[in-house]
Amino acid sequence: MTALKAAPQDAAVSIQQLTKRFDGGSPVLDRLNLAIAPGEFVALLGHSGSGKSTLLRTLAGLDPVTEGIVTRPQRVSVVFQESRLLPWKKVWKNIVLGQEDAGTRQRAEVVLEEVGLSHRTNAWPATLSGGEAQRAALARALVREPAFLMLDEPFAALDALTRLKMQQLVADLWKKHGCAVFLVTHDVDEALLLADRAVVLEQGQIRVDLPIPLSRPRKHSDGDLEALRTTLLNALGVHGA
Amino acid sequence: MSDTVVLTETQSATEVPKGPLSFVNLASLRRYASPVFLVCCWQAACSSGFLSTRLVSSPAQIAVTGWALTRDGTLPYNLGVSLLRAASGLGLALTLGVLLALISGLSKAGEDIVDAPLQILRTLPALALVPLFILWFGIGETPKILLVALGAIFPIYLNLHSGIRSIDPKLLEMGSTLGLSRWQTIRDIFLPGALPDFLTGLRYAVGVSWMMLVVAEQVNAESGIGHMMMDAQDFMRTDIILVGLLVYGVLGLLSDQIIRFLEAIFLAWRPSNEKKRTT
Repeated sequence: MTALKAAPQDAAVSIQQLTKRFDGGSPVLDRLNLAIAPGEFVALLGHSGSGKSTLLRTLAGLDPVTEGIVTRPQRVSVVFQESRLLPWKKVWKNIVLGQEDAGTRQRAEVVLEEVGLSHRTNAWPATLSGGEAQRAALARALVREPAFLMLDEPFAALDALTRLKMQQLVADLWKKHGCAVFLVTHDVDEALLLADRAVVLEQGQIRVDLPIPLSRPRKHSDGDLEALRTTLLNALGVHGA
Repeated sequence: MSDTVVLTETQSATEVPKGPLSFVNLASLRRYASPVFLVCCWQAACSSGFLSTRLVSSPAQIAVTGWALTRDGTLPYNLGVSLLRAASGLGLALTLGVLLALISGLSKAGEDIVDAPLQILRTLPALALVPLFILWFGIGETPKILLVALGAIFPIYLNLHSGIRSIDPKLLEMGSTLGLSRWQTIRDIFLPGALPDFLTGLRYAVGVSWMMLVVAEQVNAESGIGHMMMDAQDFMRTDIILVGLLVYGVLGLLSDQIIRFLEAIFLAWRPSNEKKRTT
């Protein structure tokens, strides 16, 4: 059976025996199994070419499911590495793109306030800084009240200080909205700071599935993170870091 | 002497001069000084008999003739006829060009059917079709309007088509994750994304329209600016010919300004326009 199914509202994400190959070559994803509980924050780590992006694109519905079964909630949102705002629409119009009922402006203002961007409601996207643009992209994802939020290396292109602020913002927003989150990243610290569970993808399969049972809010300097960091780095093939 | 250079306010190239208003006026006046000087030389050469008025009229004579042609209604009438032809031809080119570009830009099958013949036709010099158009459509308004349309349609089609085709696929992916319908994708992503290219095409198309009109009106016509000039040739009235040239020049300039104005309004979101507005 092969399908991308829309699960009933607020159901968990479930991936069973997902296999993907391009042009009949060796599989990028190889009989991959993964489940995400409602409201759970899962971080996906892996080297470039490990299939991270392919997995996310499949979950987002951008690539078709050819082998295996994927179930996910109806309401999903994606934040990409680039903000992907339409440069010809004001920020608030970008936020409610595709929504045509009354009250869009008000909804946009509420969610922009949430991400700390209410002062740029009427700005053109080209005038935003990198951090502001990603805030807007987050707002656009949240305004749809997703049951499942996918983040594809959303802070990779930001400078270190902005990244820290954005990680804090995501932690706060997740606590407030309570949606399931799937964060694709190559930053071990980011995964440890935010996620309930870190999974490491290698050669198309989940190699390590590591719960992070630490209380929140977490800090990069927490001593408890050290052991987990070593485990994850070892799993990624980085020893002695 | 030390190697360091202190950049003071006056040395900074990006600094806008903050001097008194008269200084700014002087700088802008200087731009006009050289053309005015050349016209003065022209007038002097004509007045002194150095330049034969049979070859070229003096600026003063052109002004007098221009005024006379306006008073007796010749110039307004012919200008009206020319404007109507240009507008009709351009309107036709816009309608067809936009329609064809949408068909070929938004669907693969459409591109296969529409694009190939247009790319072949594009390589023909449009002016070479004048004899054929006269045979087909006679010497009425139809061949003139069609010639203008034929010249103007290609810049519109080609630019809009490439504008649609060069939309960032990442934006389309984003639209698809947001669940945009096909119509919403066209309205919110394809059309506004292709607008800059379309306006560039429109600017070319307007320029080409005037050119095609000049030729169409000079080959066979009973009215229009081009006809007025050809008529003047028979009577060796260089002043009238130069009035016609002047009118064409002003028309070209005006239409370019109109497109610039449209760009400033519709492309306000581009960073370059944003800067222009704030300074």
